[in-house]
Parts: sequence; structure tokens; C-alpha cells
Amino acid sequence: MFDLKGFGDLLWAGTLVTIELALAGLLVGLVLGLLGASAKLSPFRVARWLASAYTTLFRGLPELLVVLLIYFGASSLLMWIASGFGYDEYIELSPFVAGVTALGLAFGAYATEVFRSALQAIPHGQREAALALGMGRWLAFRRIVLPQVWRLALPGLGNLFLVLLKDTALVSVIGLEDLMRKATMAVGYTKEPFTFYLAAALIYLALTALTSAALHRLEHYANRGYRGARA
Amino acid sequence: MSWDWSVIIEHFPRLLDGAWLTLQLVFLSALVGFLLALPLALLRASPNRWLQALPYAYIFFFRGTPLLVQIFLIYYGASQFEGLKQTWLWPILSEPFWCAIIAFSLNTAAYGAEILRGAIQAVPRGEVEAAQALGMSKPLMVRRIILPRAFGLALPAYGNELVLLLKGSALASTITLLDLTGMARNIIARTYTPVEIFLTAGVIYLLLSFLLFGGFRWLERRLNAHYH
Repeated sequence: MFDLKGFGDLLWAGTLVTIELALAGLLVGLVLGLLGASAKLSPFRVARWLASAYTTLFRGLPELLVVLLIYFGASSLLMWIASGFGYDEYIELSPFVAGVTALGLAFGAYATEVFRSALQAIPHGQREAALALGMGRWLAFRRIVLPQVWRLALPGLGNLFLVLLKDTALVSVIGLEDLMRKATMAVGYTKEPFTFYLAAALIYLALTALTSAALHRLEHYANRGYRGARA
Repeated sequence: MSWDWSVIIEHFPRLLDGAWLTLQLVFLSALVGFLLALPLALLRASPNRWLQALPYAYIFFFRGTPLLVQIFLIYYGASQFEGLKQTWLWPILSEPFWCAIIAFSLNTAAYGAEILRGAIQAVPRGEVEAAQALGMSKPLMVRRIILPRAFGLALPAYGNELVLLLKGSALASTITLLDLTGMARNIIARTYTPVEIFLTAGVIYLLLSFLLFGGFRWLERRLNAHYH
């Protein structure tokens, strides 16, 4: 039924790029999410307002639009900044960097909300106790608050990662050699769009299924010691 | 960096045309998707394991694969089957508009089915038992007690799903449709002003999503008014 006509290697190479893109976007998104959550809970009104604008913006804009905007717009923005420093050469953003930035920004906007609600669920007393014991603010955050935030945020973040994994397909639109783009190339040669797009779909399905299973085990591990916590 | 307002003003009407197509895509797909999601959700909520399995496979496929792949499968994939070109389906499947509607509907039906299933299972058992005690038949109970209650419970999540549908509709531009994103790319191909046009399109998307979200909040308040 499935004759990939020798394009299996091509699809595999594309799959690897897809995974790279997803992991890189995850990294950027997690950092942005933590920053955003801290800003939302900060005592400074400017920080709260900026974080609010960030989440509203990137939760309301289509991811495809953000990818296109960053890919086509970032070069002009970067060139404008660089010319202020006297650098007048042509700056171009690779599709990979544009994709990671766009997907990371979108992930970070949703992750801000996940982290914020997780942070707010940690009893305040624990942090106060840590400070009373003489722990520095950063140490208290790193050793007391963050491990617990991790457990509470994991389901939400896991969901967001699955969405991220699927959104990587969008970056094929700006020419990144990911799974989707390789599939399109194969279609161009073989004129069998259904076969190859179905193959790509099944590969994405395998990726999401594997990720879901891994997330399930991670959640189990993170909840060890919490009897009956998650009914 | 120069900001060109004239480009925005000059091409704004065309962006609005694109926005109109986007709204058409969203509303039609939401409607068809909802009509599909309802039976799927009822099947999924059934205690019979065999009845659960088929919808589960469908939902698994459409939630596990990117929307872009689904669109390409339907629009480009249909052309692989020579036999299809002879049938009455071909005029529909060769039109990007209908392919987009089909893809969006199937996709939102999968997510909607899960939302509705959760809502159906969240209907308070007391109300169901009261209906059974009154001797209501199953179909009557579903129609008059369970579904209305479930709709009210599902509204917040469904509103969210509608906004996600709006964002997903941007993918219609990848199969040559001139929706808001497609129109924006079309304009930029001529004027070379990506930042201005994409940002304007973005603002229009934000306005549309505010409107949709606001509409749902209003519906939520009206339907759930007497449940507090």
C-alpha cells in the first residue's frame, strides 16, 4: 500500500528538522513563559501591563501571521537597528531562526498563563519560611518554588508542546526544510500528493503519540509522593 | 525605518475583503463542525466500548496531525485519485474554498467533540436521575435535559475553540484563498511593505477575535443566567 518510492530518507531528514524546531521553540517559549509570569505577578504596573499586552497579542494573532511577519519583517527591523550602529550590509533571517522566534513567542504567551496560575497556587507561606530561614530570594525560588511549579504546570505545558509540535508545519511555508516541506518536494517528483501527505500525517501522529506517552510518564514522576492528588 | 501609512490606507478595503472571506470560512466551518461534533460527542460519551472506538480514532487523527497537513491532504491529495475526477465530487474538491471548509470543519469537529463530551459527562447526575425517575425516554432526556445543560457548560471552552478556528483560518492562504492573510501576502507581493500590511492584518484579526470572544461571553451569561 505504501510505496514511498525511495523518499523515506528525505522524509526522515525533514522529521529531524521538525523535532529540532519544536525543541528550540520549546526552550525559547519556556524562558519567555517564566519571564512573562514573573512580570504578571510583579509589583510594578509597567511590567504587568507589558506582560498583559504580550499575552493578548500573541494569543490573538494567528501563528502563521506571526511566522510571516517575523520572517519578512525582522530583516528590515534588524537592518534599521544595525544601521544605527553604522552597519549597512543586508541582514537576512534564516527560516529556522524566524520559525523558532515566532513559535517561541506564541508558546511563551500561553505558557505565561500556565506558569502564572501554577505560581499562584504555591502556598505563600513556603516562600516566607524559606526567606525566614535565611535563603536568598533566588535560592528560595530555585529550590522551593520552582520544583513545585513544575508539577502544577506540566499538564498545561505538555498540551502547549503538542500544539507547538503541530505548528512547526507552518514554518514550511517560509521554506524551512522540515517534514512538511520534504513531503511537498516528494510530491513534486512523484505526483502522488495523497501518499506523501498521508505519510507525513502519520509521522506527525507518531510524534504526538510518543510525546503524549512521554508526558504521561513525566506527570506520573512529577506527582510521586502526592497520594490521590490528581484524581 | 520608514512607516508607510499610505500603503495601509490605500489597500485597507482589500484587506477588509479578505477579512470577509475569513469570516465566511470561520462561520461555515464552525457550523458544519458543530453539527458533526454533536453525534461524535454522543457516541464518545456512550458506555459501549465499540461505539466509543470509531469516534476516538477520528478524533485522534484530527487532533494529532497539523491542520496544514489536513488541508493539503484534502486539496492536493484528492487529485491523486483519477476515478474521483469523473464523479460529482470533483467540482467541490477542486475548489480551494470548499476544501478549506471541509478541512476546517473536520478539524474543529474533532476538538468540539471532545469539548462536548466533557460537557455531557459533566451534567449533574441529579438532573439525569430526576429525568429517569420521571420516566423520560433516552432520546427525550438527551434532547431536553442533557444537551441544553451541556451546551451551557461547553460555552467557555467552545468560545476558545472558535478563536482557535479563527487563527487556523489563516492557513487557507496556503491553498491560494484570498482570506485576510492571503490578501495581505498578495498586497505585500506588490508593495514590498510586509511590516505595515501584516501588522494591519494582525490588528484586524485581534478585533475579530475580541468580537467573537465577546459574543460568546454574552451568550454564556444569557444561557447560564439562571444556574447560579
